[in-house]
Amino acid sequence: MLFKISFQNIRKSLRDYAIYFFTLIIGVSVFYVFNAIEEQSVYLEVSSGTKEIIRLLTSMLSGVSVFVSLVLGFLIVYASRFLMKRRNREFALYLLLGMGKGKLSAILLTETLLIGIGSLAAGLFVGVGLSQVMSALVADLFEANMSSYRFVLSGEAVLKTIVYFGIMYVVVMLFDSVMVSKYKLLDLMQSDRKSEKQRLKNPILCIVVFALAAGMLGYAYYRVGFKPTGLSEKLVPRFILMGAASTFLIFWSVSGLLLHIIASMKRMYFKSLNCFTFRQISSRINTMVCSMTVICLMLFVAICTLSAAFSIRNSMNANLDALCPADAALYYEGYDRDSGNSVSVKGQDGLDIGAMYERYGCDIAENFSEYVQLSVYHSAEFSWADSFGDKAEEIMTQYPFLAYATLEDIVTVSDYNRLMELYGREQLKLGKDEYILLCDFQSMKEVRDIGLAGGAEITVFGHCLQPAYDHCLDGFIQISSQHLNTGIFIVPDETVEGIEPMQSFFIGNYAAESAAEKAAVEEKVRETYGYVAGQAEQADPDSRIRYFLTIDTKMDISEATIGLGALVALLGLYIGLVFLISCGVILALKQLSESIDSQRRYSMLRKIGAEERDISRSLFRQTGLFFLLPLLLACVHSVFGIRFAMVFLEIFGTEKMLESILITSGIILLIYGGYFLITYLCGKSIIREKI
Amino acid sequence: MELLRIQQIEKYYGNRSSLTKAIDDISFTVDEKEFVAIMGASGSGKTTLLNCISTIDRVTAGHIWLEDTDITTLKSRELNRFRREKLGFIFQDFNLLDTLTAYENISLALSIQKLPAKKIEEEVRTVARQLDVEDVLSKYPYQMSGGQKQRVASARAIVTNPRLILADEPTGALDSRSAKLLLERFNYLNREQGATIMMVTHDSFTASYASRVLFIKDGRVFDEIGRGADSRKQFFNKIISVVTLLGGDVSDAL
Repeated sequence: MLFKISFQNIRKSLRDYAIYFFTLIIGVSVFYVFNAIEEQSVYLEVSSGTKEIIRLLTSMLSGVSVFVSLVLGFLIVYASRFLMKRRNREFALYLLLGMGKGKLSAILLTETLLIGIGSLAAGLFVGVGLSQVMSALVADLFEANMSSYRFVLSGEAVLKTIVYFGIMYVVVMLFDSVMVSKYKLLDLMQSDRKSEKQRLKNPILCIVVFALAAGMLGYAYYRVGFKPTGLSEKLVPRFILMGAASTFLIFWSVSGLLLHIIASMKRMYFKSLNCFTFRQISSRINTMVCSMTVICLMLFVAICTLSAAFSIRNSMNANLDALCPADAALYYEGYDRDSGNSVSVKGQDGLDIGAMYERYGCDIAENFSEYVQLSVYHSAEFSWADSFGDKAEEIMTQYPFLAYATLEDIVTVSDYNRLMELYGREQLKLGKDEYILLCDFQSMKEVRDIGLAGGAEITVFGHCLQPAYDHCLDGFIQISSQHLNTGIFIVPDETVEGIEPMQSFFIGNYAAESAAEKAAVEEKVRETYGYVAGQAEQADPDSRIRYFLTIDTKMDISEATIGLGALVALLGLYIGLVFLISCGVILALKQLSESIDSQRRYSMLRKIGAEERDISRSLFRQTGLFFLLPLLLACVHSVFGIRFAMVFLEIFGTEKMLESILITSGIILLIYGGYFLITYLCGKSIIREKI
Repeated sequence: MELLRIQQIEKYYGNRSSLTKAIDDISFTVDEKEFVAIMGASGSGKTTLLNCISTIDRVTAGHIWLEDTDITTLKSRELNRFRREKLGFIFQDFNLLDTLTAYENISLALSIQKLPAKKIEEEVRTVARQLDVEDVLSKYPYQMSGGQKQRVASARAIVTNPRLILADEPTGALDSRSAKLLLERFNYLNREQGATIMMVTHDSFTASYASRVLFIKDGRVFDEIGRGADSRKQFFNKIISVVTLLGGDVSDAL
């Protein structure tokens, strides 16, 4: 009997439940798809390095999944409470007929169970299908071969999804039961008679609040978007809070002002159904302010996460060719174990990196078709603080958080030009008593340019040098996938005469053509490197001074880059999607219940002869406004949020920002727009009268 | 002059196994500037009749002519236009839009006819004066009394100068004093403004304000009496006697 009532309730309120069900299905399938990535990727042909990254990715994904399940859980509880409220009258009838609260709870429990099982099954079905598509995406992101791929059903992910969503449903049931136990029959019966009072806000107060909020937001934007380097970690949450508060106030004041402004435009107001439309909106906007704020902030997070993730991926992959022009690089340096300071490599019996290989009976140049060996110098009297000339004080007050004690890297112009010949990049010309500063890390470049613009004179090893340019030149020495060079001083050769180099680098290209040959050569190079590094390690274990070798290869860098890019893109996609869907659901639920509440009003409009076209347009505008308003503000937020993010994304490169923003817009248009369309069409069918 | 002609209409509900004849062959005419009341017990088909005339419902058979238009043949798009331009509605539960002020409720009927805003203001003020609702124009429905609401609803119905005003139990939700006030306004509109009104009611007192009363029973016209030169009191007594004859719950409602 109970089962029958539950089942029929669901059938009866199918329209209400449709969006809830739909949401659950999406939630379940997204959850499954991302948790199934590990098993999906088993059939991709990837290197062991990439496998390692995929393992890292899956462990991060499962961590994020906990967070995601919290968001989804909140959403499900919200949606179910929302549906419960809609049915207060029905519950009142049950209670009035003498049904006990226990029984009512049992009915609800059965309903939740039915819907839960149904949505889990449907969601998993959809998820398994989607995850095959996801595999293609993963393969593409990791640039892997998919030829040995076959259909995968991840048992682990299925189990995980069932457990997580099972817990969520249990929470929903608990919430429902608590709600039922708190019911008072009188409240239930009167729940339909909601107060129709429309508080029109004082327009002057609205303007004041708006100005205040806009000012606050503007200030937060300015600090976050334009002066991000001046922000300490403590300040960031404060500005985020400020942004959230002003978002709320802006919605609050705009909602009040909107009606005042439009009501004063008589010709517009009394045209067609405009006055009805605006009253419909204004009657709800007061109560919608809170949820619009939440939605706006969630959209903001979604937009920023998505565009940042894509930007990192796209830029990193694009940077690879430009910033990694050689096959391998070996770095040799030493440090003092007690003080942590770098020490000169010449200290070890006057060896540079090539000589060091020789000492252990190896030829460093073996397997390389072309190579350059160069030295990097440090001067104890020449740290960051000493490099800004007259502007030092000004810079140090403006950017208090830089590590000014760091010693500058110094390279001779002939060493640098030999390397550039290998890299195929432009060589530099340097006059006597001149220096050039190379830097491609954007925010550091800004700082350094201030010093150079002031004509900073520097003293290196007793030589006084003038800047050859009034700004930093773009350039780097070490191969990488990112713009990491915070500053290298190129000086005339004679400056370092008789000085011991601090580090010794060896950079070269393999004597190999095809990718397979290169991989074989790389293996040999690594073998030699491992031997030499091991010998060096054991050479003098008790000494305070340690010397060590490091190796970077293009293959390693590109694998890590592609892997990291894929990892970030997938994580971003996961979080972004969940947030987007949540926004869509909250709005859709609110809008649809509004349509149901307004059914009578629309039939009234029809009775006095309003055109169907005008009624649809009115609904379209109402739905559109509630979807558009949070999106608009979220977009404005995002402009500054992304500006802020770009500072941190800088090391990954921000060249592909526009492309990422376009992709993000596409995704938002698809999902958020999809929710809008569904909501509008469902709303239209709700208010359509059956004749 | 004849304004409305109902020609042998029928309205059936249900399917072949259980057929309900809500209207079973009704014919009558309404002249211009007439005030007709239709009486009947609940379930007699009077509301169905009104719904058919107001194009909210469709007849199963027969024709309804308003001036030169056979409204049973209109398509749904033409129906909206027809309702908008030719008819005015007054409902038992007022059916004002609760989110709009009285002024906006009245003006809505004009703005969906795409009248310019300036003209709207003029027209709304005029009908508000006629129906004595000028002082509640800026109020919302929840701030008004039942009588005021019904007069605002009536103002909305007549502001478009409809050919025919249809009222469905207009006094049903009103106390007797408000009902009287409203009906006097109806009389004023009918006599002074020349409005044609067709009103459905089960209340003999309400019906006695009309110039003619049609009685409906089981989907058929049972009787018809005109007021002629009678006073309202005499007419009321005549109606009572027919109602007694009619039996059923109309007499119970007295």
